[in-house]
Amino acid sequence: MTTATKKIHVTTTVNGESVEFLCEPRNSLLEVLRDTLGLTGCKEGCNNGNCGACTVIINKRPVNSCLVLGVEAEGAEIETVEGIADARGLHPIQDCFLEGAALQCGICTPGFLVSAKALLEKKPGASEETIRFDLSGNLCRCTGYDKIVRAIQEADKQLSASTDDSKTND
Amino acid sequence: MATTPYRVIGTRPVRHDGADKVTGKAVYTADFKLPGLQAGFILRSPHPHAKILSIDTSAAEATAGVSAVVTGADFPNVKNKIAHLGEGSVNLAHLSANCMAKDKVLYKGHAVAAVSATNAHIAEEAAAKIIVEYEMLPSVTDIIEAMATDAPLLHADLFTDDLGLKADTASNVAVHLHFEKGDVATGFEQADVVVEAEFKTATVHQGYIEPHAIVADYNEDGRVRLWTSTQGSFTCRQQTAEILQIGVGDVLVTPCEIGGGFGGKIAVYLEPTAAILSKKSGRPVSIRMPRTDVFEATGPTPASFMRVKVGAKNDGTLLAGEAWIAYDAGAFPSGVIGPGCMCVFSCYDIEHAVVDGYDVCVNKPHTKAYRAPGATQVAFAMEQLMDELAEQLNICPLEIRMKNAVKEGSRRVDGPVYPQIGFVECLEALRDSDHWNSPLEGDNRGRGIAGGFWFGCGLKSSAACSVNADGTINLLEGSTDIGGSRASLAMQLAETLGIESSDINPMVGDTDSVGYTDVTGGSRVTFATGLAAYEAGRDLQSQMKVRAAELWECETSEVSIGDDGTFSGNGKTAGFKDLASQLFSGGAALVGRATVAPECPTNGFGAHIVDVEVDPDTGKVTILRYTVIQDAGKAIHPSYVEGQLQGGAVQGIGWALNEEYFFNDDDQMTNASFLDYRMPTMLDVPMIDTIIVETGNADHPYGVRGVGEPPIIPPPPAIGNAIYNATQTRMRELPMSPPKVWLAMQSSD
Amino acid sequence: MKDFQYAAPTTIQDATSLLTEHGSGARILAGGTDIIVQLREGLREADIVVDIKKIPELSDCQYSDVSGLYLGAAVACCDIYENADLAGRYGALADSTHIIGGWQIQSRASVGGNLCNASPAADTIPALIALNAEAQVTGPAGQRTIAVAAFCKGPGKNALVDGEFVVAIKIPPQSANMGSAYQRFIPRNEMDIAVVGVGSWIELDTVGNIANARLSLGAVAATPLFAEEASQFLVGKEPNDDNFALAAELAKQIVTPITDMRGTAQYRTHLVGVLVKRTLTTALARAQA
Repeated sequence: MTTATKKIHVTTTVNGESVEFLCEPRNSLLEVLRDTLGLTGCKEGCNNGNCGACTVIINKRPVNSCLVLGVEAEGAEIETVEGIADARGLHPIQDCFLEGAALQCGICTPGFLVSAKALLEKKPGASEETIRFDLSGNLCRCTGYDKIVRAIQEADKQLSASTDDSKTND
Repeated sequence: MATTPYRVIGTRPVRHDGADKVTGKAVYTADFKLPGLQAGFILRSPHPHAKILSIDTSAAEATAGVSAVVTGADFPNVKNKIAHLGEGSVNLAHLSANCMAKDKVLYKGHAVAAVSATNAHIAEEAAAKIIVEYEMLPSVTDIIEAMATDAPLLHADLFTDDLGLKADTASNVAVHLHFEKGDVATGFEQADVVVEAEFKTATVHQGYIEPHAIVADYNEDGRVRLWTSTQGSFTCRQQTAEILQIGVGDVLVTPCEIGGGFGGKIAVYLEPTAAILSKKSGRPVSIRMPRTDVFEATGPTPASFMRVKVGAKNDGTLLAGEAWIAYDAGAFPSGVIGPGCMCVFSCYDIEHAVVDGYDVCVNKPHTKAYRAPGATQVAFAMEQLMDELAEQLNICPLEIRMKNAVKEGSRRVDGPVYPQIGFVECLEALRDSDHWNSPLEGDNRGRGIAGGFWFGCGLKSSAACSVNADGTINLLEGSTDIGGSRASLAMQLAETLGIESSDINPMVGDTDSVGYTDVTGGSRVTFATGLAAYEAGRDLQSQMKVRAAELWECETSEVSIGDDGTFSGNGKTAGFKDLASQLFSGGAALVGRATVAPECPTNGFGAHIVDVEVDPDTGKVTILRYTVIQDAGKAIHPSYVEGQLQGGAVQGIGWALNEEYFFNDDDQMTNASFLDYRMPTMLDVPMIDTIIVETGNADHPYGVRGVGEPPIIPPPPAIGNAIYNATQTRMRELPMSPPKVWLAMQSSD
Repeated sequence: MKDFQYAAPTTIQDATSLLTEHGSGARILAGGTDIIVQLREGLREADIVVDIKKIPELSDCQYSDVSGLYLGAAVACCDIYENADLAGRYGALADSTHIIGGWQIQSRASVGGNLCNASPAADTIPALIALNAEAQVTGPAGQRTIAVAAFCKGPGKNALVDGEFVVAIKIPPQSANMGSAYQRFIPRNEMDIAVVGVGSWIELDTVGNIANARLSLGAVAATPLFAEEASQFLVGKEPNDDNFALAAELAKQIVTPITDMRGTAQYRTHLVGVLVKRTLTTALARAQA
């Protein structure tokens, strides 16, 4: 029946900032991020883990936030699309998506950016096959994926060049 | 390097809305909130065909947190009246009944009631307490079965419109269309070779990643304000006003960013329901459609059954064509059949041809446009028959297409004579492409080609450009931007005025702020709204000429504008921005405006090449290499033109290989999820190569043709031809999924 | 989605008490990739969701040459295939964990959850059966062990009684002369449910013949199957295409597939033959490597 379960207090970290919120156990992390915390960058495309539009990173791993309960965020470190750019400006993956026209309607873009960032950090120099395999959980219906793959490859190149530069500067 | 007369057109600037979309700041409908916003939930029929005997909403209404409950009884009665939606038209009574069933449900997923509450969970739980008493009726989902005289009838008042005459008994066949040219009987008599076959294609969905969503506020002043995900804010306004039986001026539609549409976000589904919930509750109401409902209750595009026959002379010249085409309308008459009939022979010059088309109601969701609506189904038949003819005549598939390709002066079966078009140029580009000239090696591999045509329409568009103090421009236009059109419109205006794309702030206006503009559909935005942007720029320039003459103390006729947009007169010159900012400080503000309604189609043609490998053990088809060739007239932003070609091709690949609605024995859809409705993932396709052909278009100042729709058409037949080339097995049914290909390979062994 | 309570016990005892107290009203949450969807879609109901990820024993993952693999029931798929040592030893398990859903799913979904969900088309279950795994179960009546091959009782049904839960999965140690593989057939290349899934494990003797074999089949019956006769047939045989084909024919004889939107019974039966041969070939290559 509709006798409301007591809301649970959760303390977590979102994009480097400590955050507290109250949520019902049934609220997904996606609902909490969007409706409670106002982080509407992550999108609901299917609400059952098959499109990747709601992808966020929890403790360094990409997950579908529609398949995580808000209460599970207790003590976790969460990164969302809103945390990819910083005061210095856009992250290379964001720049490469823009320069490479790797988005059309843009609804899948936040999920792709989050997954791509996770991939670039975990597997620099990934092959096209690896990119396509690891991001197959992110659906795009507009682009045919070509420009998305190329944007990720270009961002990878730029990131490895900047790493090389910083090595030479040491 | 080819020289171009343009400074901005043909370059690849970053789109104006780009930063918002890579940072999560762009506001889509589900991201939009108002104070006190209620969440709505729609209860849907579990049955494919049933009478509604009663609906008891009392338990839902009594639930704590519920603010309103709505059923069909809350919807005004709407008379049968045809409304033109820009691309296609709809009977408003059907549209209303599709938004909320009144007496009968016609498909599983048909809306029967709606609830608003303080949150979506409460609304959903309350909706589950609504008791609907149904009387089950026999149902039908197969097109041919539905055409039988003893089939279960969906509408007792539907009488076939047979070439303009109404039949006298009710039927599921809404319309019979007939097009004819020449003398088909003679044509086939004279033919040396005739090929004929039956083809079937499955129901497929547009598959946009953003589910339908709405925020409605029935304001205290009597106006309905809607924030929504729509391809056309003005058609959304019209449909909502008609269904609610209020004036169009009483509805304000603010188009939010839209997460894909492909033809599926033209009709309204949620808007009237949310508005009525808002009126009853006195609160703004938002509804976000679950993905299951998107599949079960919003426009898929028709399944088809087709019998097509083509005759040719020994030298490959096509002589005669005959097509019998039946499309599934879904629960209400649909209209996708019309363009299907017009497109079946649209790529080839055939002296004698006849086409009969049928729009057939079945117990499935009401079918809607999907990127070149109706063209992909018929191309699957015709473009495979072209290969069959070529094989029988021992002619190369490319050669037979080049020999018969339509050109300026060719007449289509439905009447129109083509102006200058680019199909031959596309085929020549295919012939000269690296892909076509690279040998395909390896076992179980094959190559296929196919062509495709889509009209591309003009319709109405409006734009206004106002000048800022620094000479930059705010461009207000009415086309909702689904794929980067703000950039392509701003670029055309920048080219016109002699400024940079980045000097322009393009913005999609709401229905109170911008002139009437038809839907983002029909591949029309860059063409028609681009024309509006151009004309608005020209209007601004003529106003500035008058003002420059005052400033420079000369006659207006003495002021001229150079190709680069520089104004000259009385020995003085000034670039656009310079002059604009001088005029800004010296007088009234400047606003250029235009509204256009070009009636001409833009006639887009394309040709595709695909290499496949077929696993002989499983029938699974792998796309090895893919090239899209298309005439864009002129590519304004080539990256986004390429994106349209690539995206359209991959949708076509999905349609070809795995996408389909499955129905169980009870006519209920069984795969209404992104897991089981198998759209291509990134791992299912290779890079998609593109070749943009630019033949220009005399009806547009920069030569633009619409590019969005044609690329979805050729993939199914091109892949069918490649499968045949690899396996000697001819696939006549979509999708060409592994079980079907495997089975076909068994029987052709 | 109906409301429920949430608890995250930190000991097996606390979890057992909660599960015992709430009986069939309790649902276990590990990775959540099945249960959250099922609760949302009304396919299962819960008064309380018990999150077991905070219990140390359930997140533990250890290998020893003596006792083999101890895989806590809540360990995520990616922790298996990303572990080069484990992935090398348990090829079939690595294969299956790497293709469940996408990366986002693999970051959360657990092998224990995949097992308890008891889908006939589950990817890890045929792999576990081929590897002769057993589930270590605890409950109000104490601990017990259930062979994975006997764990599933029907679509969505498992051998657990109210109050019981899987603590870990244990798999025998692997030596260099053993190899295993899992493959499934799907229409897409990822993000799909197995039309048929097959797990193969073989152990070679000193002359390179097959000393032992285990074949398992998914999505061709109400539960994943251990193909005992086909496995026995291979024992003592030369590992060649002919013998693999004969084993494939034997495997096809035990299946009772349904016709549904993923494939016909005829097609599924055919695919069993294809995948038995393919997985045996891969398992052999791994055993010989």
